[in-house]
Amino acid sequence: MRTLMIAAALTIGVAASSGAAAQTSGQTLRIGLQEDIGSLDPARSAQVVDRIVFASLCSTLVDIGPDLKFVPKLATSWTTSADGKTLTFKLRQGVKFQDGEPFNAAAVKANLDRDRTLPTSNRKSELASVDHVDVIDPYTVAIVLKSPDAALLATLSDRAGMMLAPNTLADAAGVATHPVCSGPYKFVQRVQNDRIVLEKFDGYWDAAHYPIQRVIFQPIPDTTVRLANLRSGSLDMLERLAPSDVPAVKQDPNLRFVSVSGLGFYDLTFNIANGPRSNTPLRDKRVREAFELAIDRDAINRVIGAGIFAPANQALPKSSPYYDAALPFTHRDIAKAKALLKAAGHEHLNLELTFGNNTVASQIAQMLQAMVQEAGINLKLRPTDYAAALNAAHNGDFEVLFTGWSGRVDPDGNLHQFNTCSGNLNYGHYCNADVDKLLNDAREKPDVATRKPLYDAAAKLLADDDPIVYLYAQPWPFALSKKVHGFAPYPDGLIRLRDVSIKD
Amino acid sequence: MLRIVANRLIVAVPTLILVSMLIFGLQKLLPGDPVLAMAGEDQDAQVIATLRAKYHLDEPVPVQYALWVRDVAHGDLGTSLRTDVPVASLIAEKLPVTLQLAVMAMIFALGIGIPAGIVSAAYRGTALDYGANVIALSGMSIPNFWLGIMLIFIVSVRWHLLPSSGYVPPTEHFWLSIKTMLMPAFVLGAALGAQLMRHTRSAMLSVLRADYIRTARAKGLLRGAVIVRHAFRNALIPIVTVLALLFGELLAGAVLTEQVFTIPGFGKLVVDAVFNRDYAVVQGVVLVTALSFIIVNLVSDVLYIVLNPRLRRS
Repeated sequence: MRTLMIAAALTIGVAASSGAAAQTSGQTLRIGLQEDIGSLDPARSAQVVDRIVFASLCSTLVDIGPDLKFVPKLATSWTTSADGKTLTFKLRQGVKFQDGEPFNAAAVKANLDRDRTLPTSNRKSELASVDHVDVIDPYTVAIVLKSPDAALLATLSDRAGMMLAPNTLADAAGVATHPVCSGPYKFVQRVQNDRIVLEKFDGYWDAAHYPIQRVIFQPIPDTTVRLANLRSGSLDMLERLAPSDVPAVKQDPNLRFVSVSGLGFYDLTFNIANGPRSNTPLRDKRVREAFELAIDRDAINRVIGAGIFAPANQALPKSSPYYDAALPFTHRDIAKAKALLKAAGHEHLNLELTFGNNTVASQIAQMLQAMVQEAGINLKLRPTDYAAALNAAHNGDFEVLFTGWSGRVDPDGNLHQFNTCSGNLNYGHYCNADVDKLLNDAREKPDVATRKPLYDAAAKLLADDDPIVYLYAQPWPFALSKKVHGFAPYPDGLIRLRDVSIKD
Repeated sequence: MLRIVANRLIVAVPTLILVSMLIFGLQKLLPGDPVLAMAGEDQDAQVIATLRAKYHLDEPVPVQYALWVRDVAHGDLGTSLRTDVPVASLIAEKLPVTLQLAVMAMIFALGIGIPAGIVSAAYRGTALDYGANVIALSGMSIPNFWLGIMLIFIVSVRWHLLPSSGYVPPTEHFWLSIKTMLMPAFVLGAALGAQLMRHTRSAMLSVLRADYIRTARAKGLLRGAVIVRHAFRNALIPIVTVLALLFGELLAGAVLTEQVFTIPGFGKLVVDAVFNRDYAVVQGVVLVTALSFIIVNLVSDVLYIVLNPRLRRS
């Protein structure tokens, strides 16, 4: 007992004598993440947040600029053959992996082959169009396709294009625990739920532009605690600031608020044909349209989004060259909504909204409930946890589903799997042969000029059928200490550390 | 004594089997599919099928359970579905963290609860007693997470005295590790300390009424000596029982405390695992938790015997 008391007295004494929390040392950047990452293997990765870590760890063949145009990275240039079935990359010379192995065409082939063949690879479907990969010479590689695939370049700017050291690829467990990549920072340590530590790789080809020596990612799911850490100086920046904290960060003289509209969206998916629960008036597109007419997106943005939930009327982000600026917005019109419901034979309607529960989602659900109530729709709310919502979505155990998508650089990623008859993520089982044809054709056209008319036509059909009501574009709000310089947000939400530094 | 320990250990085996079966079954009742959660945003049908087969999730539940028991019997707790890391190494990584939290919280609880309980029993009915009771009641009624967030705001954000969250292993930096753990340990310990104080107080009160205490006093022993050597020693038996039970509460409280302070311990591991339907991790954590609960109760049984010589003969 006495020893316990002494120990307690000692610990309290220590706390009182030594002040200040852990201080920022030199060029270490500590980044607060909203959730812990999943697998460290880019082939297995399934979460958005994984990509934020990968952006510093593993270089891709091509990258995107803030305007979503492709820029060289490990590949310096690329050409597409006339038939659109061969994509040839010229590779950067003198590049080394973090274990000293040289980067070359054989390494690209090894990585792409692994992504396509590893049994649990999440990249398989992204690379489904690839027939084989040819090594032309040490610094030229050709990807030969089964059919033209306009989205492939975008795919290669993401996890499928991340290059790992070929010698390490055979050991899948090793890759998942200690990946050896080609990026500006190399892996040091991961403590699950606590931190991922990266250290500068001096052999990186562009190392001069990376003044930060050490990067520590810390998953802190609670938004209040994440912000408190930034304010107390335990973090230098954080991603996905809660909208309700935006005003506080803007007012804080030590912090900076940076936000960008992302590639993704939040939406309401209607169950049109998936299982017995689709047997609701929502099968009638007039009812779906009435539902949309009852929603005030601007109010959601103002009240819940603190101005960062930019209203959306289509799957594509404004930053995309494929965005259809001519597509009209549906604005709130209760009278019209009521008239449509009446025409469809309903005065009052009972529907259920399923959503993965979190603070923002439940606020939005409640606001939607109040809004559609005015049009005569009685919306019952069914909050579940994320895994259960996912299950409900797949099994058609929902009537209206509030869900989101983190977005892809290529328009195909935001449209095809949601809206084609057999799409993976077409939870409502919406099916329209014309839409299928447009979205399939657009995959095979080579450039913006030829693809955009097809996407515009599809957007029009989709807006008319209303299988999915887009609510707002997914935002990427960051809060940074004023000491962090040179950071620019990208629509994909990744934290690119080129030229980012810390100055007191 | 050895026989008691052996008996307890034999009873522990069916307890563990029952607990693991219960958790296994309950998990399967949860809506949600680990493979869907794992397949990520894209939900590739082929990947889903591969994963399901790889982790035997396409088998009936009893078969899955039998497979799990077989592996555990071979010392293999399985692999985390989400991160590809073996469950055993996850547990080995997280257990010391929560143990450190638990030990420090216990130090707070004992350091606050026992002296306060003794004092308030010895000075029953005085302002000191009422004061201690008020503090104990507030300690019990203030929710863990609220106290935690308030402390972060005041101690870390406003005063910059202690790190706001996270974890530093003591092997890496001993004092920083203690400092980082102070607030969470206090939050967790405060509620337990309050309960401990109440139990100590009532145990002391009933002992202080006993005849032998009056005798001791009558012999002219010092008041302090009577309280500490005669009364407290006998009051310890109910307190030890409560301590063993509080251990369970400590583990439950650690789940919340670890969430608030982002401590990568057992509690956070199991919460994340439940949300991701990472069955193997949940099973492993529950097994180890049940085992440690059994061990703590065994230790408390042994302590009775040490504390109470009368039990040794029976």
